[in-house]
Amino acid sequence: MLEVEGVSKSFGGLRAVADVTMRVEEGSITALIGPNGAGKTTLFATISGFLRPDAGRVRFLGRDIAGLPPERICRLGLARTFQIVQPFAGLSVRENIAVGAHLHRPGRAQALAHAELIGRQIGMGRMLDQPAGALTIAGRKRLELARALATDPKLLLLDEVMAGLNPTEIEEIVTVVRRIRLAGVTILLIEHVMQAVVSLAETTWVLSDGVLIARGSPAEIAADPKVVEAYLGRGAAARLAGREGGAARA
Amino acid sequence: MRRQLLAIVAFLAAMALVPHLVGSEFWRNWVMMALFYALLGQAWNILGGYGGQFSFGHAAFFGTGAYCSAILHVHYGVNPWIALPAAGMAAGLVGAFIGFLSFRYGLRGSYFALVTLAFAEVLRILANTVPITGKGVGLLIPLDPGAANMQFADRTGYFYLILAFVGLALLLTLWLEHSRFGARLVAVRENEDAARALGVDVFRTKLAAITLSGALAGLGGSYYAQLFLYLDPGIAYGPAISVEALLVPIVGGMGTLFGPLLGSFALHGVSELAKLAFGEAAGLDLALYGVLLVLMVMFMPNGLFGMGRTTLARLLGGGRDA
Repeated sequence: MLEVEGVSKSFGGLRAVADVTMRVEEGSITALIGPNGAGKTTLFATISGFLRPDAGRVRFLGRDIAGLPPERICRLGLARTFQIVQPFAGLSVRENIAVGAHLHRPGRAQALAHAELIGRQIGMGRMLDQPAGALTIAGRKRLELARALATDPKLLLLDEVMAGLNPTEIEEIVTVVRRIRLAGVTILLIEHVMQAVVSLAETTWVLSDGVLIARGSPAEIAADPKVVEAYLGRGAAARLAGREGGAARA
Repeated sequence: MRRQLLAIVAFLAAMALVPHLVGSEFWRNWVMMALFYALLGQAWNILGGYGGQFSFGHAAFFGTGAYCSAILHVHYGVNPWIALPAAGMAAGLVGAFIGFLSFRYGLRGSYFALVTLAFAEVLRILANTVPITGKGVGLLIPLDPGAANMQFADRTGYFYLILAFVGLALLLTLWLEHSRFGARLVAVRENEDAARALGVDVFRTKLAAITLSGALAGLGGSYYAQLFLYLDPGIAYGPAISVEALLVPIVGGMGTLFGPLLGSFALHGVSELAKLAFGEAAGLDLALYGVLLVLMVMFMPNGLFGMGRTTLARLLGGGRDA
């Protein structure tokens, strides 16, 4: 469904994303993980049209979308959320979601009705008339998800929708995301919350310093020494293995 | 929406009685001018209030409308009723042009405000130099009273004309509040990146808003020309109109249906009071407007309408949208 081929993006002398090639299968939940500053959000911005890649191609449904503006990409069926939440603070939750719903619904009444439907699905039924600016961080993360979902996407890019949430809230969002996939939406998510990655994703890609270093199921990834080193520093995998070995001998 | 529509109809009906019930010529005239500035405020409100793009140069649209209808009438003998839509279109085109240049290159906030200000000034200087506007001497529209000529010997005709324009502006704004275009415009005001991520074409949305806003201000200009039968570059493109156009909705409540109406009546009420208190000192009203603007922004950022709504909601025991 989504194919990223040799995409690079630099800011000045910093190569935020270097020659990344990855793919997302239709109907899957795919996770993109990596330490802070690995370039995950930059890659998302490049896919969704907010940044133009310096090199490489992004194919969505067989069509090259690199360099298209975000609003065009969204109309093709690829919606994203923002890691740093971007609510329309002065509008109510319902009106926020309706902006997304308007993409394929010109009428105000239909858009508002669809917004309400989506809002209830995402568990915001009781917040529909609250101003978005008054929501808690968990509420704002949900709103990001609801708005993007209201555009009827085929592929949804979720940028850390669980960061800053407590375990109960994470459990709720995990259920919501699973339900969205069941409804036929393919999902690519950036996430630091490993509990969520493990329970949701079939395939996980690991990005470190702008380069893809591993790919596999969450269990395979966790056992990959390259991944452990990316998070904990060079030599960490060997030291960990050594300690486990030592513990086994004792 | 039904309630808002009812309120509009009730307001128009009440205003329609003014020429019959208000005996004083002075006050009838006062209400008429308040309606005129409300129209300019409504025009500004579409772009500034709903779209969040603050123009400091709505005189560019007002003056273009005024000159367009006056020039068509004086130099080409076009009937003012026919010149009126042309004036609206010309002003809308000026809006589209300014919008295309500034939004295409992503100008926002104070940069956009400065560009609009600069365009109004350029047009003022232009009107001062080209012969067709009568240069600095101005343009006199020959007196020829008759409804067919959009000139009324009795001011009542002018009163109903501006009332009709205000009614049109209110209905347009009501439509805006309940349409996809309006929802997208507000989304652009609140957060451009989020709007783009949801498939909103920010450039086209802003462009449509400034065109609409300009066209409405152009109708105001055409009305002004027919009312005073005289134009010069300072009147048409001077900063006074730009300031009125933005102050009226800021005082009344930006991005609200009735804000500009409320703001216009309040502002001109205060201005009359000041004249009573201090006499007709030149420039006093502008100084007063400056002080008012600062006070409003500091203490009532939502304008009179916003404050009224909050207070009302509080009185009714913590209403939903308080």
